[in-house]
Amino acid sequence: MQYRYKIAGGDFSNAGSVASSVKKILRQLNISHSVSKRIVIALYEGEVNIVAHAYSGIADVEIDSEKIRIVLTDKGPGIPDIPKAMEEGFSTASPQVREMGFGAGMGLSNMKKNSDTMNITSETGKGTVVELINYFSTDVR
Amino acid sequence: MSDKNQNTEFHHALKVDKDLCTGCTHCMTVCPTRAIRVRGGVASIIANRCVDCGECYRACPVSAIGVEQNDLDIIFRYPVRVILIPAVLIGQFSHKIPVSRIYGALSDLGFTHVYQVENTVDMVLEAYTGFKELNEIRPLISSFCPAIVRLIQVRFPDLVDNIIKVNPPIDMSALYYLEKIKSTGIRQQDIGLFYATPCAAKIAAVKSPVGDTESVVTGVINMNFLYNKIQKSLQNSETSENMPVTDDLLNSRGVMWSLTRGESMHSEKRALAVDGIRNVTELLENLENDRLGYVDFLELRACDEGCAGGILMTGNRFLTVERLRKMAAQMSLRDNEEQKKIIDGFMNLKEHSFLGNIEPRNIEKLDEDTSVAMKKMERKRRLMCFLPGFDCAACGAPDCQTLAEDIVQGHSSISNCIFLQQQMINQNLLSSEKAYRITEQIWGKDRLEKNCNKIGAEDENS
Repeated sequence: MQYRYKIAGGDFSNAGSVASSVKKILRQLNISHSVSKRIVIALYEGEVNIVAHAYSGIADVEIDSEKIRIVLTDKGPGIPDIPKAMEEGFSTASPQVREMGFGAGMGLSNMKKNSDTMNITSETGKGTVVELINYFSTDVR
Repeated sequence: MSDKNQNTEFHHALKVDKDLCTGCTHCMTVCPTRAIRVRGGVASIIANRCVDCGECYRACPVSAIGVEQNDLDIIFRYPVRVILIPAVLIGQFSHKIPVSRIYGALSDLGFTHVYQVENTVDMVLEAYTGFKELNEIRPLISSFCPAIVRLIQVRFPDLVDNIIKVNPPIDMSALYYLEKIKSTGIRQQDIGLFYATPCAAKIAAVKSPVGDTESVVTGVINMNFLYNKIQKSLQNSETSENMPVTDDLLNSRGVMWSLTRGESMHSEKRALAVDGIRNVTELLENLENDRLGYVDFLELRACDEGCAGGILMTGNRFLTVERLRKMAAQMSLRDNEEQKKIIDGFMNLKEHSFLGNIEPRNIEKLDEDTSVAMKKMERKRRLMCFLPGFDCAACGAPDCQTLAEDIVQGHSSISNCIFLQQQMINQNLLSSEKAYRITEQIWGKDRLEKNCNKIGAEDENS
C-alpha cells in the first residue's frame, strides 16, 4: 500500500501533518502504540527537517504486512557533511527557526534512534533523500 | 434497576425516540466518534463507539434524543433516601434563594438526606498529589469527566495511561456518606444513594464505571427533572419547608471544581483547562503528536463551561458560573484543612480514592489482524476513488470515508450512495425502482412523499 504526501518548505504551521496522517493509518491497521510511536517520531523529525531546511519535499510511504518504508526526498541545500549532521546538537537552523522551537540539532539522531534502518544520501545544492524502515514484528506489547 | 455488569458493552444513557426522530442527520454529523447512522428513517447509535457526550442531544431539532433516568418512585424502596447534589444545581437558582430552601424542596420530593457532591474534593486533591508522586507519566489527564475518559479510550487509546486513576468526587462522596449513615446503625440495603446528574455521561459512568471499581450510587435523577420540581416547590411557598444544610463541608474549591479551571487552578506546574468536546479532541490530537511541550496536568471537559454546560442543565451556563464564582469568593476564608480533617476523623477515604484499570478500546482499527486490516484499507481507498467526497450524509453515514469503512466492514453497500446510484442507473446496473427502494430503506418508507409537517414547511406546528 502506498501513500504520497507533499511537504512545503518553510510551512511550519503544517509541519507534522504527514506524521499525524500516518499515525491514523497505523491505528486503523491495528499496529501497536509502541511500534507506531517510533515511526511517527522519526517521520515527524524528517518532516520538520524538510520544512526548516528545504524548498519542497515528498514523503513516500509504503506499507506491507511486515514493515513500513518511508522515503523523504527534498529539493534543498543538501547536507555537506552527513556524519557531522548526525551528531546530537549540531544544527544549521537559522535563529528564526530556533525561536519557533525547532532546530535543536536532534533531528537526524532522533530519526536514527527511532527507525530500524536509516539511509541518507545527499547532494550539496540539490537535495537530500532519507529512507526509513521500521518492522512491525518488534511488537512486544 | 441499575445493571452494573462490568463485562458488557458500555452502558449508554442516550436513547433515540424512534417516534420523534425524523432522521435528519444533524446528530450524525456532530458526533465526535462517528457513532450514529440513519437506517429506516431514524438515527441509531452504535453502542461501542458512543461516549455519551450528548452532542447529539444538543443538535437534535425535534428532541428525539432522550436521556434515561430512574423513576423517582424507586427512591421509596429505601427507608433512607440520600440525594447527592453537585454545586451546579444550586448555581442555577438566584442567589436570593437560600440554599436551605432548595434543600427543603428536595425534602418535599421525599429525600431524607441532602449532601453536596463536592464535599470530598480535598480528598480528591490529596489523591491527585499522591498519584503524581507515584507516577512519572505526564501530562496526567483528569478522570473527572466520564465522556472524556471514554473519548480517550475509543479515539486516543494510546493516551489511556495518562488518565489520572483517581475517583471523582461523586464516588468519594457516595462512599463517605454511605459509611457515615451505616455508622449510625442503618443497614446498607436500607440506604438509597441517588445522584442528581447534569449530563448523560455521568449516568453511564454510574451504570457501567470506566475503571474496574463498582459505584455505590444506587440510582441517578436527572437535573432537568429536579429543576422543574424545585421551581414548582419554590413558587408554592406555603407547602415547602426549609431544610437545614447539615454536614456542610463545601468550600470554595468544591464550589468551583466542576467548572472550567476548577481542577487545573490547583496545579503548581503547567496545567491547561480545556472545555468543549471539539476543543478537547483537537488538544488530544496535539498531545498524541507530541506538540504540547511539557504539561503537567490536563483538565478536559466535554461541555462548554464544564458541568454548568451539561445537557441536563436548565439555567444559563454563564449565569450559573457567575453565581458559583460569587459563592466561592464568599467562602474563600474558610479553613483549607477543615474538610479533610472531618473526613479523616471519620474514615480512611484515601484507601478508596484510586480507580481501577482503564482499558484502551481502539474503534478505528479495521481488523484485529494487521494483514486483514491492510486489505480492508486498500479496498476503502479504492472505494474512495468512486465516492463523491461531498460528505452529504444521504447514504445514512456521516461522511464518504465512514460509508467506505462501513462497506468494507460489511455494514453498508456502495449503492447506498445516491451519486453512485445515478451512475449505476446510467450504466444499466441498477433500475430506478431499486434505487428508490434503497433510499426508502435508509430514509424510511414514504419519506420522499410530500409532507408539510416538517420544520419550515406550511403546516410546521400542526
